[in-house]
Amino acid sequence: MFRKLAISATTALALSTGGAIAAGGAGDITNVPFSFQGPFGTFDQDQLQRGLQVYTEVCAGCHGLQYVPLRSLADEGGVGWTEEEVLAYIDQNFIEVYDEDLQDWRPAIPNDNFPANDGVGAPDLSLMAKARTGFSGPRGTAIYPLLYGLGGPEYIYSLLTHYTGEEVEQFGTILYENTTMSGGLISMAPPLWEGAVEYADGTVATESQMAEDVSAFLMWAAEPHMMARKQMGFVAVIILGIFSVLLYLTNKRLWAPVKARAKKATQPAE
Amino acid sequence: MGGIPHDHYEPNSRGEKWLHSRLPIVGLMYDTLMIPTPKNLNWMWIFGIVLVFCLVMQIITGVLLVMHYTPHVDMAFASVEHIMRNVNGGWAIRYIHQNGASLFFIAVYLHIFRGLYYGSYKAPREVTWIIGMLIYVLMMGTAFMGYVLPWGQMSFWGATVITGLFGAIPFIGESIQTWLLGGPAVDNATLNRFLSLHYLLPFLILGLVIVHIWAFHTTGNNNPTGVEVRRTSKKEAEADTLPFWPYFVIKDLFALAVILVIFFAIVGFMPNYLGHPDNYIEANPLATPAHIVPEWYFLPFYAILRAFDNEVWVVIAANFLTGGIVDAAFFGVVAMFGAIVVMALAPWLDTSSVRSGRYRPMFKWWFWIFVVNFIVLTWVGARPAEGIYPYISLIGAAYWFAYFLVILPLLGVIEKPLPQPDTIEDDFNSHKADNTGTPGSGTAAAPTPAE
Repeated sequence: MFRKLAISATTALALSTGGAIAAGGAGDITNVPFSFQGPFGTFDQDQLQRGLQVYTEVCAGCHGLQYVPLRSLADEGGVGWTEEEVLAYIDQNFIEVYDEDLQDWRPAIPNDNFPANDGVGAPDLSLMAKARTGFSGPRGTAIYPLLYGLGGPEYIYSLLTHYTGEEVEQFGTILYENTTMSGGLISMAPPLWEGAVEYADGTVATESQMAEDVSAFLMWAAEPHMMARKQMGFVAVIILGIFSVLLYLTNKRLWAPVKARAKKATQPAE
Repeated sequence: MGGIPHDHYEPNSRGEKWLHSRLPIVGLMYDTLMIPTPKNLNWMWIFGIVLVFCLVMQIITGVLLVMHYTPHVDMAFASVEHIMRNVNGGWAIRYIHQNGASLFFIAVYLHIFRGLYYGSYKAPREVTWIIGMLIYVLMMGTAFMGYVLPWGQMSFWGATVITGLFGAIPFIGESIQTWLLGGPAVDNATLNRFLSLHYLLPFLILGLVIVHIWAFHTTGNNNPTGVEVRRTSKKEAEADTLPFWPYFVIKDLFALAVILVIFFAIVGFMPNYLGHPDNYIEANPLATPAHIVPEWYFLPFYAILRAFDNEVWVVIAANFLTGGIVDAAFFGVVAMFGAIVVMALAPWLDTSSVRSGRYRPMFKWWFWIFVVNFIVLTWVGARPAEGIYPYISLIGAAYWFAYFLVILPLLGVIEKPLPQPDTIEDDFNSHKADNTGTPGSGTAAAPTPAE
């Protein structure tokens, strides 16, 4: 099922005026058949819950999720927890937020967002699945993203699984070789290893499984209303489709006498 | 209207007469809606309604979005995420607004190409054309400033690059740039004024749209033959035309519904396809994106802007002749704006007396090359400026200017046009006769509607 799509990296420094480089082209991308792809695709609730577990136990150490409200874990079409489960999650993980009014930290409530976390300079993950693309081209024609989707979650999956094991020291920092990362080097150490988390539903926590689950979760985090959006798409397309047919028939009927007259005018009188 | 003889509004009841003698607004609406329209209009004439729909849709969704948006560099990005996550239906409004801009530009490009092919810009419709070009320029300004508002990486760096163009103007450029930005760099002042103008310009566009419609209601519509509606008698005029309502309103609404099916499929199933992923990263003045590209609808002009680098002989010549005042950057800016100016001057650059491209055998070829060239420029505008791409941009840009400045003036002199139909009625009747598979079944409806 897993299909490899080698996409050449286009990392031209057009118009860049020095400084750090943000979000470059993608390197080696594995196309993962996520459940939410295509117009009919839906999030797999179990997978999102597993992905949340990976995020909480692994990613949250360095990364934040500052735009995602905790209460949205109980929203429809997503992780699908109950409100009690959200409260328990906050409680068990000691999630705290900084309160401007108290000028101090306090335990989070469901209406708070996940905490930001920029302690070690790791990027926020709220929108990561939309801020990266796995598929582009070929040659700027945007045909691959039309066929395979934009590939944000595929990018995350690939980044997590495409470490080569090589390490390079640059300016006193250890960088890890990664074939997905633009430039081939990333400062994040390989975050996942076999059995890094223990799934409650008994799923075997292989590296690939965890990477897939957390990628799906981050897609939800970036686009929490995806199910509602696709539903709206269907409703709108069907209603407008019916409307088009009705207008087509109305138009045909309306113009029929005009056309009949035109046809008559070109025929020799009998 | 347009000197085309037709029935006017007659107030019947006492109430209607009372109002009509004080404010003839019903009569104005009646005459606008019942304008005699050439009956041979084809499907390329539907985009006017699509564009009006887009403008209204963008204004309505925009007004809703601004209720939840915060124009501040520290909060703009988060407020857009607030709209996407917490506002009821906010994600739908925002995605419709975002993709609505793309629909707007697809429609306006098709509308402009329609005008270029059928000679809609020629006398007596030059004013309609010029106003259309003004609307187009305002649209570009509005779209550009709207793209800055989410305060993502492409917003910030796109704004930096585009306002930097003004900085390329010799002597006064830097002052103009600072004045436009409200400071030395893109910052909070820039964001605030861009929101203000992004909100204002659509209403100016709305005003110009009314003038645009007024202008072509005065001259009458062009049509695929380019032959004028007969104005000699009401009977002849009626043989050439049909009232806008209901014939063209229903036809246009059908086309609009089909276009909206595609539009909502994009909004529902791939709303970020036309956007740039970097705009989901908050603006960071310290990190330059690897590859700054504008939205797709600016790419042809972006390609023209970048085409003129230091290695092009005209740039070197201009630089030498002006003693270094005109450099490659300024030359590119002039070329980019000049590309739109020469298009606006088309009515005076085209010397052919024949309006419609249908009867211009040589023009047809040059026109289709122009369309292909436009698509190539769109594509090359998104490619990195290295390798073969700058040469493609340069050829494309050269063709753009050659089309308006050389080909259109010359074709009118050397081309031998084909015979045109005498009247719109003849054209319409002959087309309908061609379309029928079974002659003799005079009462059956034609297989295709309103072609």
